[in-house]
Amino acid sequence: MTKVIKNSKITDSNFILVREKDIDIDVGNQLFPLSTYLQNLETLVGRSDYGIWIDSHEEIEVLAEKIYCDTIALNFPSFNDGRPYSSANLLRQRLKFQGEIRAVGDVRRDQLEQMVRCGFNAFEMAEDTDLEASLASLQGFTVNYQTTADRPEPLFRKR
Amino acid sequence: MYRYDAHDQKLVDERVAQYREQTERFLEGKIPADEFQQLRLRNGLYVQRLAPMLRIAVPYGMLSSKQIRKVAHITRYYDKGYGHLTTRQNIQLNWPLLKEVPDILEELASVQMHAIQTSGSCIRNITTDQYAGSAKDEIEDPRPWAELLRQWSTFHPEFNWLPRKFKIAVSGSTEDRAAIQVHDIGIRIIERNGVRGFQILAGGGLGRTPVIGSLIKEFLDPKHLLTYTEAVLRVYNRYGRRDNKYKARIKILVRAMTPEVFSEKVEVEWASIKNGPGTLTSEEIDRTKASFACPKYEVLRDINLEEALITDNEAFRNWLKQNVLPHKISGYAIVNLAIKATGVAPGDITDEQMELIADCAETFSFGELRITHEQNITLADVRQKDLYTLWQRLVTAKLNSPNLGLLTDMICCPGGDFCSLANAKSIPVAEAIQRRFDQLDYLHDLGELHINISGCMNACGHHHVGNIGILGVDKKGQEFYQVSIGGSANSSAAIGKILGPSFAREEIPEVIETIVQVYIANRVSEEYFLDTLHRIGVQPFKDAVYRIDD
Ligand code: SF4
Repeated sequence: MTKVIKNSKITDSNFILVREKDIDIDVGNQLFPLSTYLQNLETLVGRSDYGIWIDSHEEIEVLAEKIYCDTIALNFPSFNDGRPYSSANLLRQRLKFQGEIRAVGDVRRDQLEQMVRCGFNAFEMAEDTDLEASLASLQGFTVNYQTTADRPEPLFRKR
Repeated sequence: MYRYDAHDQKLVDERVAQYREQTERFLEGKIPADEFQQLRLRNGLYVQRLAPMLRIAVPYGMLSSKQIRKVAHITRYYDKGYGHLTTRQNIQLNWPLLKEVPDILEELASVQMHAIQTSGSCIRNITTDQYAGSAKDEIEDPRPWAELLRQWSTFHPEFNWLPRKFKIAVSGSTEDRAAIQVHDIGIRIIERNGVRGFQILAGGGLGRTPVIGSLIKEFLDPKHLLTYTEAVLRVYNRYGRRDNKYKARIKILVRAMTPEVFSEKVEVEWASIKNGPGTLTSEEIDRTKASFACPKYEVLRDINLEEALITDNEAFRNWLKQNVLPHKISGYAIVNLAIKATGVAPGDITDEQMELIADCAETFSFGELRITHEQNITLADVRQKDLYTLWQRLVTAKLNSPNLGLLTDMICCPGGDFCSLANAKSIPVAEAIQRRFDQLDYLHDLGELHINISGCMNACGHHHVGNIGILGVDKKGQEFYQVSIGGSANSSAAIGKILGPSFAREEIPEVIETIVQVYIANRVSEEYFLDTLHRIGVQPFKDAVYRIDD
C-alpha cells in the first residue's frame, strides 16, 4: 500500500488516485479527477469516502462553493512545476478549505517545507524516497517574511 | 544601509545550515543530480565550463567596507584572488569548490550576506539606481522599497518554482538608471498631485525576445507594494508558459494576453489580498527608511569643479571630467571607479583592489559603496575637497580608468571563457576593442557610447540595449558575432537593430571603428552617437560596415 506523510507521520494512504479512463464512481477510497468530480457532483454529495485530485494546469477556482469532501490532492507533474503551490495557497486562503491538501506526483524531500508553508499537510512522495529521512525536511526556517497559508501574519507585523 | 536584525540574521544562518546538509547529502549520493542542480542554483551555484561558479547576492548593489573585505578574503582563500562584478549588481566567483561552498556561505553570513536566489527560476536580486540617495534628480530614495521587496521575495514559498527567472528593478529618479523598462517588473517612484506612489511596468526583458515593459498600473499607493507584486507573481506563476523555456518569461505572457488583459487579471487577483495582512504598515516603512537615512553630511560649500579642472594634472582632469558626478548635497560628489582597465575582463576585480576600495570607502564615503549594473563601482558620498587625494589612492591600484560611460567602458558577460551556455567568447572581443581605442582624447571626443557584449542569446551582457550591441552566435561550430546599433538602457529605452550578417572575431574592432567613423563624419555639433543615429538612420552605418568585406 502507498505510504503518505500526514501531519508529520508516515501512514498508509487511504486513497487511490484514479485517472479518467478507469473510473468506477461507486467504488470508495478514490481520488477523482476534477472533471469527473464536477460531472458527478450530485451523486457524490453526501458521500465521505472519496477525494479530488487536481492537475497543475487546472484552475482551483472552479471549486469555489463546490467542495464537499475532505481531501484534495494537487499533482506535481514535475518537481519544478510551481503551479500547485499557488493552487494550495488559494485553496487555503481564498476558498478557506480546511481539509487535507495532499501533494502527489513528483514530490521531493527538499521542497516539503515550501509546500507546508503554502498549505499542504499530506505528502505522497516520489518513488524511492526515504520517508523517514524526509520527515526532517518538513520543518524549515524558523523565520519567514511573508504572508502565507500557514502563517498569515507577515514578519513585519511582529517586528 | 540596511542592517540585519536578529530575524534576518537567523534566516541566513539557517540557510547556511540547510545548504550544508543538502551538499553533504549530495556528496553522499543521496540527492539525484537533477534535483541538486535546482537546489544549488537557488543558492547561486552554477556548474560552468571550467568549474562551479558562485554568484553572491549584493542587494541593490550596496556593500559596506566590511562586507567587501570579507569578499576579498573569500576570493583569496577559496578562489583565485579575484571576483567579477555582474550586470545585476552582484559578485561572482569563478573557481570555488562545490564542497567548500557551505563554508563560503558561512563566511558571508557573518557579514550579513548570502547567495540566496541569485539563480534558478525564482525572484532574483532586486536592483536599483547606483546613485540612490545621492542623485540630484531623485524624487525618493528607492532602496527602502528594494529592501522591502528583497525580504518579501526571500524564500517566498509560492514563487520558488516560477516558469523562469524573475527580475525586479526600482527607480526613484527622473532619469532611469535602473533600466526598469527591461525588467520583468519595473517600479518607478512618481509624484502625482504632491502624493508619492509607484508606476508599475511588467513584461520588459532582454534575452531572445527583447521587449520594453508595458505599463500595468498607473499609480499604486506604496503600502500596497507587496500585495500588488504578489498578485503579479501569482498570475505569472499560474499562467506563464512552462512548455518551452524560451517562451516562459513574463514578457511572453503579457504579450499573449495583451497588457490590458494581463493587468485586469492582476487587479482581480489583487482585489482579494489588497488591504490584507501583507499590506505594509507605516511602522515597517519607517523602520526600513530609517536604515537608509542620509549619512552625516558636513555643511560644505560647493567647490567650482570647473575651476578645479584648471590643474595641470591632465590624468586627474580627465578622471574628474568623466567619472565624477554632481551630488545632491553641496560640497559632495559621486565618484565612479570604472572597473574596465584594458587587458582585464570588464568587471573583474582583484582581492587587493577590493581591499583598497574598502579603505577608500571608509576614509572618503561613509564606509559604503555600490556595484553598478555597468559593472563598475560607485563611492556615492565623497567630499569634493577629497577628490584629489582619493584619486591618488585609486591610481596606486589601477582603479583610476577615466573611461566611465565611454566606448571602452563596456558591459560584457563572462562568455565562452567561463560560461557553458556561450556560443562565443566575449572577453577577448572587449579587450580587442579596448586595444583599438586606446587614445583617451579620442574617446572623450566620442563622448557617451555604450558597447554591450553577450556570448549568447541569454543576453547577460544586455547587448540589445547597448548603443552598439555585440552578440556571439554559432555558425557551423564557428564563433561569429552579430552587431546591432541603436539600443539604449536609460529612460528612453530602446532595442538595437541588427546591422546584418555576422562577423568573425578579428573583424569586430574594425567594424566598431567603422561605425564610429560614420558617426563622426555625420554628427552635428555636440550630438551623441544615438542622436546622430536617429537623425540619419541605420542605412549609412550598414553601407559602411559591409563595404569592409569588399
Ligand atoms: S550571455 Fe550567454 S554566454 Fe554570456 S554569461 Fe549569459 S549565458 Fe553565458
